[in-house]
Amino acid sequence: MQPYNLPDEFGHFGQFGGTFVAETLIEALDELKEMYSKYKDDPEFVAEFHSDLKHFVGRPSPIYFAERLTKQAGGAKIYLKREDLNHTGAHKVNNTVGQALLAKRMGKPRVIAETGAGQHGVATATIAARLGLECVVYMGSEDVKRQSPNVYRMKLLGATVVPVESGSKTLKDALNEALRDWVTNVSNTFYIIGTVAGPHPYPMMVRDFNSVVGRECLDQMPEIANKQPDVVIACVGGGSNAMGIFYPYIEHKNVKLIGVEAAGEGIETGKHAAPLTSESKIGVLHGNRTYLMQNSEGQIIETHSVSAGLDYPGVGPEHSWLKDSGRASYVAIKDDEALEAFHNLCQVEGIIPALETSHALAYAQKLAADMSPEEVILVNLSGRGDKDINTVANISGISL
Amino acid sequence: MSKIKITFEKLKELNKSALIPFITAGDPSPTETVSLMNTLVENGADMIELGIPFSDPMADGPVIQRASERALKNKVGIKDTIKLAKDFRKKNKETPLILMGYANPIEAIGVENFISLIKEAQIDGVITVDYPPEESKEFVKKLNKEKIDSIFLISPTTEDERIKLIAKQASGFLYYVSLKGVTGAANIDIEQVSKNVKNIQKYSELPVAVGFGVRDPKTAKAVSEISDGVVIGSRIVREIEESDEIEIISNVKKLMHSMKTAIDSSSV
Repeated sequence: MQPYNLPDEFGHFGQFGGTFVAETLIEALDELKEMYSKYKDDPEFVAEFHSDLKHFVGRPSPIYFAERLTKQAGGAKIYLKREDLNHTGAHKVNNTVGQALLAKRMGKPRVIAETGAGQHGVATATIAARLGLECVVYMGSEDVKRQSPNVYRMKLLGATVVPVESGSKTLKDALNEALRDWVTNVSNTFYIIGTVAGPHPYPMMVRDFNSVVGRECLDQMPEIANKQPDVVIACVGGGSNAMGIFYPYIEHKNVKLIGVEAAGEGIETGKHAAPLTSESKIGVLHGNRTYLMQNSEGQIIETHSVSAGLDYPGVGPEHSWLKDSGRASYVAIKDDEALEAFHNLCQVEGIIPALETSHALAYAQKLAADMSPEEVILVNLSGRGDKDINTVANISGISL
Repeated sequence: MSKIKITFEKLKELNKSALIPFITAGDPSPTETVSLMNTLVENGADMIELGIPFSDPMADGPVIQRASERALKNKVGIKDTIKLAKDFRKKNKETPLILMGYANPIEAIGVENFISLIKEAQIDGVITVDYPPEESKEFVKKLNKEKIDSIFLISPTTEDERIKLIAKQASGFLYYVSLKGVTGAANIDIEQVSKNVKNIQKYSELPVAVGFGVRDPKTAKAVSEISDGVVIGSRIVREIEESDEIEIISNVKKLMHSMKTAIDSSSV
């Protein structure tokens, strides 16, 4: 078997990925590529990264056997990789620590970020505070409304939050605005992208920093479950938590990898955020080629999901590649199914999961029921749901 | 020889720089696009850049973003943009016409289809903002085959080796982005621009036009003195946005006139 060695030097995963940006960004990306390849295997950099993950983030995160959830599903054993226990409450911080250390080495005093649910914004603001960097976070004005606790968190941490009013006022527009900022302030600014999208080298770099999750699982699973999982499940918006746990398992061919997209009100209604499951066309957005929700003339269409973090019309190019190559498969879970899984995990396991993560949980329960008790499912519990309690309360007709 | 090249050569003989205005197709409405284009030509445009509306114009500042949003609200996308160009060509066969847009709409209707449609509309050149040379080799080959120019951007941060690479793949002219930023951003530093344009000219015979940030006649004049062409985008689009509907044509006319007079008074 050939080792998995994607992307190529131009950032291509087969026909996906690449560098589709205006010339004004090329120099900045070249600089980033050069610095990342210089430091990624540098012993001092790696040591500092892991030391920060251990002492500041609290890694390794545990794997937890969800016994009552397993009983309830009545089939395969369900294990949860507890990324919700990280400092700042989600997997996002792994990547942010890595990129911020890179920014520091590159001598950039200012970092910017885009955010959807706010988790990446909070993680970036946190690291920026710790390293004494100026921090500006772009967030769609729709998301500012539905994720107000995280907006306040970012402000407490000293970041400036800029609501983005253009386009659909969500994550994709925040990304556009962050790219515009970067192009304008390129000499003093490092753009910390939060997902495995964007132009090369971002999809690769964000994956690499997040893959600490999957590598820990490789060590922990034999200890706690006496075997590697039969199936690994993670939710997919841009796809950073999924790539983080999938990547070290890609070469373990007998481990099934399943990404769970947001079906919103249902794929058939068109109100969803599931480019892979809905068989959207391939297109170019935010610097890379990937499956993309768009109309017949290539305009990006509005997406819908109850979870801001999954509300994105594209998907990281490596997921497009994993889908086409058959190494991973992708399914979608509707808003109401995710909400049910959210409430269920609260009550059965005493864990409040993020709404994004709840999509993965909903699918895991369904799938577990069709599997045998000897089999093992590992779910990436990518984030905690404290940020979502207002949204969930609203939907339940409760005002807090 | 391409119409773009002929136009630059003629102007060079006269010691003049080209005035290249930009508007977004379908803004403020599809019925006004062709008359706006005619107004631009009647008031001194040597060639026209027509923007293809896109939902996610990441290299554009707020003025052109809003133009794109207005056009999309009017249901003008890539196909209608080409139709409007075709309508313009019914009366005007001479003025070089350049489409400027993003990769996704082109790929969505299919590269082959796009090229055959723009050939039929007698479009002379294409700027695809998010197709750097590395990702657009096949596209450029296909455009070249139909004798359509592929125009590339060069930025203040583009290094010499890369300027050579871009110049090799480009035709028509090279579009120098005068500042670090998005379209319509801050004032430009003429001395710096002049130095960089001269540097680009060391590596390429192609004319060099300058755009992003030319917002008044004085700047237009200064830029025309150090380059082969002046692109004016956001300033014109802003005029369209801020004018009362019945005054759009007359205001654009006045603006173009002031830019043209300034450029013509320059001593190259």
